[in-house]
Amino acid sequence: MALGTNTVLGNAVLRNAVLGNAVLGNDAHSWVWWAWIPKHQHEIYAYLREHISLTVLSVGFGFAIALPLAVLAARRRAVAAVVVPTVNVIYTIPSVALLGLLLPTTGPGRDPAVIALTLYTLAILVRNILEGLRGVPADVLDAADGMGYTRRRRLLRVELPMALPAIVAGIRLATVSTIGLVTVTFIVDQGGLGRFIQDGYQRDFHTPLVVGIVLSVALAVLADVLLVRLERVVTPWRATTRRANARRKR
Amino acid sequence: MHLSFLVDVWHWLTSGDQWHGGDGIPHLLANHVRVSISSLLVATLISVPLGAWLGHRRVGGVVAINIANIGRAIPIYAMLVLAVQIFGITSPPGFGWTGSFVAFVPLVLLGIPPMLTNSYIGVVEVGDELVDAARGMGLSEREILGRVEVPVALPLIMAGIRTAMVGIVATATLASFTGVDTLATPIFIGLRTDDNVAVFGGAVLVGLLAIAADLALAALQRSIVSPGLRARPGRRKRVAA
Repeated sequence: MALGTNTVLGNAVLRNAVLGNAVLGNDAHSWVWWAWIPKHQHEIYAYLREHISLTVLSVGFGFAIALPLAVLAARRRAVAAVVVPTVNVIYTIPSVALLGLLLPTTGPGRDPAVIALTLYTLAILVRNILEGLRGVPADVLDAADGMGYTRRRRLLRVELPMALPAIVAGIRLATVSTIGLVTVTFIVDQGGLGRFIQDGYQRDFHTPLVVGIVLSVALAVLADVLLVRLERVVTPWRATTRRANARRKR
Repeated sequence: MHLSFLVDVWHWLTSGDQWHGGDGIPHLLANHVRVSISSLLVATLISVPLGAWLGHRRVGGVVAINIANIGRAIPIYAMLVLAVQIFGITSPPGFGWTGSFVAFVPLVLLGIPPMLTNSYIGVVEVGDELVDAARGMGLSEREILGRVEVPVALPLIMAGIRTAMVGIVATATLASFTGVDTLATPIFIGLRTDDNVAVFGGAVLVGLLAIAADLALAALQRSIVSPGLRARPGRRKRVAA
């Protein structure tokens, strides 16, 4: 069809084509323009990869810092009295402000994003690991001491394994919140799937916005499910308890 | 970071221009506080009575407990953008008190989950012996909820309100990106104009506001929670946002 012909018929055909597209959800103002998705699959993969790597790096660094902090805090009240309020105050600072405070020193890029996201995971991880370590019953610790465990061995073989469910719960929380927060790092030229959200906002175009939201939520749910699996793998001795609980429920 | 940079930031914070006019710090602070408090109040009025009542009746536990986790997975920045695309940036008539309707709606939705979850758990955890005693004394179900269960659950309810407040103040910050006037407006202007002094100065102001808001609620918590409930370790469990 010659689209250039300016006949009445041509315009009518054109208008119908546009209307048809609108009904089928194929124009810029419907919520999802399906044809957009395969055309942008390279960006989808790239942003997804960036989203995952920012999350993994931040939760990884956060865990590496939080674990020793929480172990020390569990041993000495004085350390807990400094560490816990400090991580809580950091957690209170809005992400936009924390990124803004880092920006003059680091410049935009991956560094400020990972530093800020890592700092946020600290509050969640320290709180959960500390709670887990404090929850180990005193008689269990006495038994370990009575068997001649050194402090280090007791920590590694008794306290940390018993705190594992609380620790994994902390990692789950930290991971899910980080996946949500990554979208904000667009202000330092990162953002993962947040780049789609920003694009959707700037161009007033719904499709990238919806794609960004759906993939981000899906990623959070998937990460949570995988971490529940991981908890089962690393705490095999709890399988009997789990089975007993399931039987009782039935 | 050079000392001269911090000196520039100090000058920026203290210069007279920042403290006057329609885009001065007082106006930005007032609007930030207004949009935060209006959404926190409305979210509290919805979620605390609902959560406490569900807890009293012991119904809807699965939803009440899990809603905070579901809320966490949703990227809040996307909710703000979505709200702009649905409502537009100007507040509809009758909603001027919200400071900004387009920020108000997602902020209310953000505030509900932690308060609903904590109110539910707080009331469920109230000891049966207390409730039985109240019932034995002839209190109606409504009185039991209002005069026994809610006061005893207050530490946890207040923890939920503080979590919601932290999330709301932080997210109102992000709303500046969509054109809402808040203390973070200089951050976004600075980002656009490559002015790190404004970015840093705005970030300092926002950080101070967030910490002040949390301290204010901590003080409120101390003044309204019964002294008999205070010294119990482990009561102030927070549902992290």
